[in-house]
Amino acid sequence: MTDTHTPDAPVLHARGISKFFPGTIALDDVELRLMPGEVHALLGENGAGKSTLIKCLTGAYRRDAGTLLMDGQEIHPVSTADSQRLGIGTVYQEVNLLPNLTVAENLFLGRQPMRGGFIARRRMNEEARAVLAGYGLRIDPAEPLTAYSVAIQQVIAIARAVEMSGKVLILDEPTASLDHDEVQLLFDVIRQVKARGLAVVFITHFLDQVFAISDRATVLRNGRVVGECLLAEMTQRDVVTMMLGRQLEARTKARDVGPAGKTLVEIDDLGKRGMMAPFSLNIREGEVVGLAGLLGSGRTETANLIFGVEPADQGRIALRGQDISIKNPRDAVAHRFALCPEDRKIDGIVGDLSVRDNIILALQARQGWMRPIPRAKVEEIARSYVRALDIRLASLDMPIRLLSGGNQQKALLARWLATNPAFLILDEPTRGIDVGAHAEIITLIEQLRADGMALLVASSELEELVAYSTRVVVLRDRQQVRELTGDQITPDNIINAIATEEVA
Amino acid sequence: MTSQTIGPRPSVMRRILPQLVILAVALALNVAVFPEFFEIDFRNGRLFGNLIDVLNRGAPVALLCIGMTLVIATKGIDLSVGAVMAIAGAVAASVVVDGHGWGTALLAALAAGGLCGLWNGLLVAVLRIQPIVATLVLMVAGRGIAQLVTEGKILTFDNPGLIHLGAGTVAGVPTPILIWLALGALVTFVVRKTALGMLIEAIGINERSSRLAGINSRVLLVCVYLVSGLCAALAGVIVAADIKGADANNAGLWLELDAILAVVIGGNSLLGGRFSIIASLIGALIIQSVNSVILLSGLPPEFNLVIKALLILGILVIQSPRIGNYIYLLKASGPQPEPDAPASRPTKEETAR
Repeated sequence: MTDTHTPDAPVLHARGISKFFPGTIALDDVELRLMPGEVHALLGENGAGKSTLIKCLTGAYRRDAGTLLMDGQEIHPVSTADSQRLGIGTVYQEVNLLPNLTVAENLFLGRQPMRGGFIARRRMNEEARAVLAGYGLRIDPAEPLTAYSVAIQQVIAIARAVEMSGKVLILDEPTASLDHDEVQLLFDVIRQVKARGLAVVFITHFLDQVFAISDRATVLRNGRVVGECLLAEMTQRDVVTMMLGRQLEARTKARDVGPAGKTLVEIDDLGKRGMMAPFSLNIREGEVVGLAGLLGSGRTETANLIFGVEPADQGRIALRGQDISIKNPRDAVAHRFALCPEDRKIDGIVGDLSVRDNIILALQARQGWMRPIPRAKVEEIARSYVRALDIRLASLDMPIRLLSGGNQQKALLARWLATNPAFLILDEPTRGIDVGAHAEIITLIEQLRADGMALLVASSELEELVAYSTRVVVLRDRQQVRELTGDQITPDNIINAIATEEVA
Repeated sequence: MTSQTIGPRPSVMRRILPQLVILAVALALNVAVFPEFFEIDFRNGRLFGNLIDVLNRGAPVALLCIGMTLVIATKGIDLSVGAVMAIAGAVAASVVVDGHGWGTALLAALAAGGLCGLWNGLLVAVLRIQPIVATLVLMVAGRGIAQLVTEGKILTFDNPGLIHLGAGTVAGVPTPILIWLALGALVTFVVRKTALGMLIEAIGINERSSRLAGINSRVLLVCVYLVSGLCAALAGVIVAADIKGADANNAGLWLELDAILAVVIGGNSLLGGRFSIIASLIGALIIQSVNSVILLSGLPPEFNLVIKALLILGILVIQSPRIGNYIYLLKASGPQPEPDAPASRPTKEETAR
């Protein structure tokens, strides 16, 4: 992580930043150096710690360790307003401006030019026009914000942040909802901001955009800095490797596939317009199919389509040769499908219910409310899974939200295992959980496969996928681009499939 | 934290203790202003006494808060119950005025209330309109509908069967008391002896997770609004029977707010989730006891609403999380450190994303 390239001192230097949450280390001794007049990409898969790092910089979170130096002076932002005053402005994916106010009012909110106790509206509009012209925008600042597209609003937000802060501009996925031309417009603005000598932090999942606009990158993985690099010296493949893989020495392990079971689930041309290109997939009993791909490549979408979270608008699913219709998760559960979702907090746990109730929830939902599972049986099921999966808790009565991430994930696994599923879909089963639980979940996956269950596991952890998958399907831009079997399954091959522009 | 000791289920008693304490204080206030408060006479085959009055007069709000508790547990709210009371009263009155029996009238009123609940449920569960807006529709329109049924006048009746529901007694106990006790017990029994209670709580806490776990949230949502409508219908019939007439303009006026208040005093979160019908019922009794204090104290009636507001404010302040934290800290000889609010963080994360 030596840098001899830029002679300037960093405008913002974060050193040894650590942040702990119960049960996880979100940031571990992270360093970030932002030079004036450069665009610095912050890269990493979801859960790598990008958001947490940004929140520590902007004062939304208090860092647990480390120093933050701005122009060599240590700073302690306690709120986003505070960090703005110190010179750090942030623009988020969802524009956080006020849609019911005019462009000029948004630009100057809180520091409007005044005359005799009243807002000097004409002067404000003139100044707004001048400011926006500096960004190449010729629009009427007296119009309400909503009169303009998201891209223009994005630029207005940037203008506001730059005018107010003026040293560091953080762009958190600003291009996520923009089309190609709009992205170019935004890039022009970013170049102007850069030319003014600001340090720009650019966060995105689109690698093409990273290479198009950024000078340098810091790559995070599991809360640690993997490396800082000059992008001019890197290829996309190098960056993907840094983001996903630690040791890429192909770990050829004796694959104990066992006898291939009967085909359990056949998916034929299943797809939904605007969400996922049609795909086909067969999964046999006693088989783990891995789903690989970068964020936004369609891993979660695939899982959601199969489970009926989003009803597909074409294609068919057959179970043991019989066509079945899955219009919602209830249908899927009735056919003994199970899905452990990616976002535990939003889609998984029912936070205020006890761990016991959370474990029993899916089974009880399938039985219907008329047939409650007897208290003793509930107790037995909950206890047996707590023991089998080694869920650490003080009491089965405690609300599940108080458990650590890893234990929540195990409780969710228990919820689905209690329904005795034939087909288990796991979406990022090991994200954001501690190392111990991580290893246990991987062991569990292998065990379930050996017991004859069919599993579909989406993960961004390549070594993990390589370790337990009998087949790996690689996704890119919401399409299946490659299927790897047997000895082909290596982290290297997966990365090649992800990063190659065109796959034959 | 590593041991797997499995503690006892938090008992019902512990859950309703704060409400019982407040109720005791409210009753003590009654005694303070009116020493004979607890005296109960048995005259002409009926129990008389101020305590009986509290139980009897509290019946409409008690009935409403049974349904309201379930609705609020799903993170919803039902503003229409007052208006539904008026509709149900009007329907019952017009049926007996047309010469039918009280049984038919009761069934017709329940059907009307059920229909209203169904309407609310469909707006909320199928059209996904926010509950406060969805039920506001019927809150406003309901009184109009009731007026259409009574043709704009106060519809009086003298059917003894119907009047019995509001003003009669069974074995000396006023019928409304028996009705709300029975319905409260029935609904509590059904939601706790089946899985209904847990599923309703799950929806209220995290509907998305619940749906993904295979819960039919749509049907359950419709059901809770249906129950709320039925409860309101019963309350409406009792109120109409009590005054032997259906007053479309005033029957159940503002009672939706009392019902919501009863649920809140009962310690149920307006954000949905864990609920206790028993605690809500005690909440309804607390409100009625407060009404009784004001009445018995002999203060000029102008003071009534202000004093009630002050007492309620006091109750809510005592129950506020802030004060709860102070109490928690005062007796913080306990071993467990406060968990580092992991629950509040993710919400921030979501909004920033």
